[in-house]
Amino acid sequence: MSRAAEAKLPVVRPLDRRSARRRAAWRRRGQVLAFMSPWLLGFTIFFGYPLVMTAYYSFTHYDLLSSPKWIGLANYRYLFSGDPIIRTAISNTLWIIAVAVPLNAIFAFGVAVMLSRARRGIGFFRTVFYLPALVPPVAATLGFVYLLNPATGPVNNLLRHLGLPDPLWFDSPTWAKPSLVLLGLWGIGNLMIIFLAAVIDVPKHLYESAELDGAGGWQSMRWVTLPTISPVILFAIVIGVIEGLQYFTQAYVASTIAAGSAASATEGANSLGYPLYSTMFYPVLLYQQGFRYFNMGYASAMAMLLLVVAFAVTVIIVRNSRRWVHYQGPAVR
Amino acid sequence: MTSATAKAQPPTFTRRKPPANVRRRRFLVTVADHSFLIAAALVFLAPFVFIVLTAFMTNDQALSPDLWPHPFRFQNFADVFSEAPLWRYALNSLIYGGLATLFLLASSIPVAYALAKLRWRGREAAFLIVLVAMLLPPQVTVIPVYVMWAKLHLVGSLWPLILPNLLGDAFSIFLLRQFFLTIPDEYLDAARVDGCGEFRILTTVVLRLAKPAIAAVALFSFLFCFNDFFGPLLYTGESPDNWTLSVGLAQFRTVHQVQWNLTMAATLIVIAPVVVLFFLAQRAFVEGVTLTGVKG
Repeated sequence: MSRAAEAKLPVVRPLDRRSARRRAAWRRRGQVLAFMSPWLLGFTIFFGYPLVMTAYYSFTHYDLLSSPKWIGLANYRYLFSGDPIIRTAISNTLWIIAVAVPLNAIFAFGVAVMLSRARRGIGFFRTVFYLPALVPPVAATLGFVYLLNPATGPVNNLLRHLGLPDPLWFDSPTWAKPSLVLLGLWGIGNLMIIFLAAVIDVPKHLYESAELDGAGGWQSMRWVTLPTISPVILFAIVIGVIEGLQYFTQAYVASTIAAGSAASATEGANSLGYPLYSTMFYPVLLYQQGFRYFNMGYASAMAMLLLVVAFAVTVIIVRNSRRWVHYQGPAVR
Repeated sequence: MTSATAKAQPPTFTRRKPPANVRRRRFLVTVADHSFLIAAALVFLAPFVFIVLTAFMTNDQALSPDLWPHPFRFQNFADVFSEAPLWRYALNSLIYGGLATLFLLASSIPVAYALAKLRWRGREAAFLIVLVAMLLPPQVTVIPVYVMWAKLHLVGSLWPLILPNLLGDAFSIFLLRQFFLTIPDEYLDAARVDGCGEFRILTTVVLRLAKPAIAAVALFSFLFCFNDFFGPLLYTGESPDNWTLSVGLAQFRTVHQVQWNLTMAATLIVIAPVVVLFFLAQRAFVEGVTLTGVKG
């Protein structure tokens, strides 16, 4: 076999080398294309094309049954000046982002610092704080609606026992969102683990030199710990805001369960936002408009606004971060 | 407690005994830290405790201020299974999670490899697009995608949730790429010198070195599917036969208005597999990490 191949060896002329190199380059390109092909196809079918179609649908009236009808800017006009609920949905979403994101970050950071200083039982505490993050959101929400249910829930039993006021929690327009924030704080685990890794990674010599300079506990926290872990804080904020813009499951389940009126998945949609639209968040409204009322054109306009906001928020946060985020290692400038 | 804390101190401090007031302050700080941790741990565990206890109560007890079930009503769990087809939901969750994870690994690994280890023009731009696709809310594209599946008559089944994974998933590609970057190029070059094609390098060298990362991605993917609510609600909301545990659980309470004991039993049944999986996988992860540490 090998002898036969040797016998057939072509004479290599100088010109052939160039074409061989070119052929090799094409083969490499084909290889990259083959490896990338799942993503290229997926990106086109499930991202690029839908993005274009969302833009198109947003200028139409479309109910899935009949073909889309061009209505120009009518959806956007209704979005910005006609819809009575959208203002509530937007302000609820901003509220949950403004309250939950910093609170989650502070709480996760606090627990991480305590854990990093603990002398014993770190493994046990870490598991305890992480475990709730694993609980499926639907199950966690159900659990909290039970724990916080006004009449017979354990939390209100305890509060009454202590002579404290017992709020209506998920049944009260003022307390429904704070209840969701509590639910979020319970599931802090992932963030806590990330903060813990960052806090442990802060080089010891930085603390020592701060101590030599006469810094107390708070000062070394402010001038050593926080600057060193600032990339993680940025990460927590970006992820928190992006998750806030998608906030759906907990709000959907809490409102339908607390309202208790639903008999099927479809009817459940009627109690969305219960009580009094206090848990009506932007993605919940988008779902209701698009998939319960089948106002797909209007829902597409909402999706376009969400796209612009999500994109802008990411860019703004990442841009401004240069002022206060400190990356370790050699300076790039 | 004092002697224990003194012993646990790192050797640099034991060289010279710190003054008494410093030692006392350190001790108090330690006590404060630990009491905070213990209090917070109790608060974090309390929901679990209440869910478990209520799951064993009779309906009357669940509505009373009683904390401890007497008697323990194990019948609740049998009732839950007879009230709702939980096995059916569990099977659907398993189908969704299993197939999606399998497809996602098969499609995302080569993409991550090309983004991390092959050199080509436009690679950084392609990676940036992956990042953007990962960060944008899924609601932005959900309407045309739904219309697409509706036209294919697949709304009502789990396929709209499973099939897209054949074409890669941004988050998994991102994670795998980050791990592939840590594999030294020397290994791959050695294989190339030996006449190994890129595909064989991927299936032999890279896959073997990246086992822990692949296991982590598979676990994340499965947990995501198991926890996913928006997707199954959107596509199977109208066909209860295809509900997953998440959707089934969300509907369970609505059939049984005030039966908190049964609802909490169902909740417990959904939480339990995840917690068990965590404790099993935790060991596997630690082993994986230590293995790579020894080899590296």
